[in-house]
Order: sequence, then C-alpha cells, then structure tokens
Amino acid sequence: MTHSHDAMTEELYRETILDHNANPRNNGPLDDASFSEASLNPSCGDRFTLHVKLSEDGSSVEAVRFEGIGCAISTASMSLFSEKLTGMSVEEVRQLDKQFVYDLLGVPISAAREKCALVSLKTAQTGLRLFEGRDA
Amino acid sequence: MAISLEQIRADFPILQNGAVYLDSGATSLTPTPVVEAVTKYYTDYNANIHRGLYDWSVEATEGYEGAHKTLAAFVNAEHVEEMIFTAGTTSALNVIASMTTANMQPGEEIVTTLLEHHSNFVPWQKAAEAKGLVFKTINVQEDGCLDLEDAKQKITSKTRVVAFTAVSNALGVLTPIKELCALAHENGAIAVVDGAQHIPHFKVDVQDMGCDFYAFSGHKMYGPTGTGGFYARREHLLNMEPVVFGGDMISEVTIQASTWNELPWKFEAGTPHIAGGIGLGVAADYMTSVGLETIEQHEQDMTAYALEVFGTLDGVEVYGPTDPLKRIGVVSFGIGGMHPHDVAELLNRKHIAVRAGHHCAMPLMDHLAIPGTTRASFGIYTSKDDIDALAEAVEYTKSIFTV
Repeated sequence: MTHSHDAMTEELYRETILDHNANPRNNGPLDDASFSEASLNPSCGDRFTLHVKLSEDGSSVEAVRFEGIGCAISTASMSLFSEKLTGMSVEEVRQLDKQFVYDLLGVPISAAREKCALVSLKTAQTGLRLFEGRDA
Repeated sequence: MAISLEQIRADFPILQNGAVYLDSGATSLTPTPVVEAVTKYYTDYNANIHRGLYDWSVEATEGYEGAHKTLAAFVNAEHVEEMIFTAGTTSALNVIASMTTANMQPGEEIVTTLLEHHSNFVPWQKAAEAKGLVFKTINVQEDGCLDLEDAKQKITSKTRVVAFTAVSNALGVLTPIKELCALAHENGAIAVVDGAQHIPHFKVDVQDMGCDFYAFSGHKMYGPTGTGGFYARREHLLNMEPVVFGGDMISEVTIQASTWNELPWKFEAGTPHIAGGIGLGVAADYMTSVGLETIEQHEQDMTAYALEVFGTLDGVEVYGPTDPLKRIGVVSFGIGGMHPHDVAELLNRKHIAVRAGHHCAMPLMDHLAIPGTTRASFGIYTSKDDIDALAEAVEYTKSIFTV
C-alpha cells in the first residue's frame, strides 16, 4: 500500500459525486413507468429500483426516476445516469458501454467499486431487455 | 499477556508492510508456523493419505489424522472420531443441515435466530422449504442481544433442531450458548452451534456447552483458508447417513449396495485439503501455545478499548450492546449520512482494512433497518495503536463527507 492516494481521494469524492449523493436527481416513484427494474448488488446491500417510461411507440426514453439507497458512488451513478437517459433512443441505451458511466462519474473507479459504479447501466439494460422480451 | 504482543506480531510477518488489519472476523492472518507446515507438506511428503504403502503417504496420513486428534482435544470432544474436517463452517453447516433434516416430518420445526450468518440460515430455510418444515427465527432485543424470552416461546415440543451462532459475525454479540442448548434438549431437539466467530476467541468446550454439533472455520483461527470442520456427538454420527459420497468414505461397494467407512472418515469423502488440515492442527497448537485465556482477555480488552474510543467520536453510532462483556472481537459502526462502502474505501486510503456491507446477515440488517455497517474486527495481533489509527481515520472520512 502506498501513500499516493490522497489526491485521488479528493478527486474521487469531488463535488459532483458528493452533490449527486446528497441531492440525487430524478429521485422518487414514477406512476406510469413502462418498466421498473430492481438492482442487484448483493455485496454491499445497495438496493435501487429504476423506473423508465418509454415514448408511445417504444423507441425512446421519456422519463426516468429511481428509488432506493446505496453508497455515494452508486447513488451518484444512478443520479447522473438518469439525467442522461432521459430523451435517449432505446437503441442508444442498448449500445451504451461501461465507459459511458465512467465518463459520467469522471473519477478513477477501483475494481472493488466497479459494481457500484455500473449499477445504473446494468439495471437499465437488464430492465430494457426483460421489457422487450416480455413484449415480443 | 504472558507472551508479549510484540512477540505475537513477530509471528505474522505480513504485519510489517504497514497495513492496519482490522478484518480478522472475515479471515485471520496466518502465523509463520502454519505457513511453514503447509509448505512442508508440499516440499517434503506430498502424497495422498490412507492406503499408501510408502513413507510419504504414511507421514501425510499421520499428519492429517494427527490434526483431527489436535482439534478434537482443542474443542474438548469426548472422542477423537467426533471431529470431522470440511472446507469450513459453510460446508459444515450445509452438511449438518442436510443430515439432521433427512428424516424430519412436515410440520416439525427448525428454530434459528436473526443473528445468523447466511450460512447458518439459508441451509435451514431451504431444508424447511423442501420438506414442509416450519422455519422460525428467534428475535433480538434493541441492543442486538438475543431475546431469550422469545427463544422460550419459539422452541417447542415440535422443534427438532435449534441452530444458532455463538458469536454474531455482524455485531460481535455473545449468545447464551448453554441456555439455548438446554432449551433445545428440554424440548427433544438437537442444538447446532455456529462457532466460526467463537473459536478464535475462547477456550471451546463442547461437552460443557452441551451442544450436539459445533461448526468452525480454520481460516478464522489462524489456519489456512479452505479448512475447518465440525464436532458432532458420536451417537449422531453413528446414526446419520452421510450426504457426500465418494472415495475414502466407503467400506465396501458392490453393484447392489455400499457400506460406510468408520468414523470420522464416513463423513470425509474424497481427497481432502491435506496440507490445510495439517496446517489447521498447527494453528490450534499455536493458539494453545499463546494461551486461550490470554487470547480471550486480549480480545476482550481490545473490544472494550474500541468501544471506549468510539464513544468519544461525534456522529458515529456503534451497533450492539455497550457493555463490552456482552460482545467480543467486533465493533460495527455507522457514520451519519455515509454509506459503509464509502467509509471503508476512505479508511483504505489510510491503509486500514475493515469490512463493510451486510456481513452476510441481511435479516439482521433488515431488522436494524440499515443497509449495512462498517465493521472492525480483532485478532491476537491487534493493538491499541491499530484502534487509535482507526479512530483517527474515521475523523478523516467524516471530514471528506463533512459530517
């Protein structure tokens, strides 16, 4: 173990993440959601539910809300991601990769926090896949 | 301590790298004699046990069987063959749950507690589901101590198994082992004790406790990972059918039927973790050489000191009883507004190793209405300096989140 982490620490919990953790955006229930998906991150006890409302033709995301509690990284991930998700086409959501979320968070993510960071993406894509499977 | 803390710490060279290790409840560090014993098996007599007619195999057999004798004596079993080795507490409890519920009838009851690790909860829950048994859990009081009055209500004449932990892994709370064993027996049930968090801190006496089964892990008592086992009273072992079949556990196999090897081998199918089992024996000897009273006193002292230090920290809540004599080896805490994961990551930045989350005790976390805790846990090498360093680092994490 080295002593070189302090600068990173400040970076890691820099203002954006602390702000989104303390005041998560799009937080709360969504009455007319097209689908709701619960997160699965059993190691740390984080529990989120992501609500997504699609446009009438099902091609794009009209509204996103989320509920639940988690660590600062996962809460900020849900909050930041929910902002970006709104207005996106379903096809775009399908194509999103890890890097998209890492860029949103903007800080180095250690292997131990990968699940926390990616909870938003994983929940959204799983929810979408299950929703479309149900539809087919 | 008769033997100094410095002497003990010198047996754990890994401590020299400067980390403050406060996660012994997850796995203890490994002293040099154990590492050397494991290595020696591979460098000097790497052979399979039983039926090998050459020197290496004889030495391996003697070492592995000798470790059974050491552990049987370590928990004060009446007979050597009452000690079965497994891969650890989880596999021990799964096997015990399968064997003890094999002949249970629908409507009969299994009683466990809200303090359990998932490994002493889920196997019973699944057995109950499969066999139509009634699955009950004993409640805890507000401070996390087991509610003995509730135990008296839940354990009835229909109860066949009472399975409980001796020490809570999440909170460090001690349970009334003897009372629960007696309650089980008064109602004609057997008592299964999860000793994973108990055996590292106390002189274990299964006869004095009066339990029927006692499961433990090697890697929480300074032994290798993938080792451990369970004690079971001989009458149970003689009467129970094994649930894992294969080599070494049989006496005779024909196309028509099979018969079983003598105790304890009837319950140890396949080639075991030979080097690990031998290392486990050395770990038990190591604890004995330090002194089990010395170990208990040290861990009690560290727990009391940590509670005292944490009592002075603003904005920090310690879960579990405030009386240090009601708990051992664990201080589980929460910092207002901070998720345990964030706390642990920031503590790591100060080179402090703790565990954060639900500690495989989700029913208890639900009961306490928290997503998890940050847990510092202690071993024989833990010092007051370690706890002071933790307290200082807790202040640092608060400053980051401006709690």
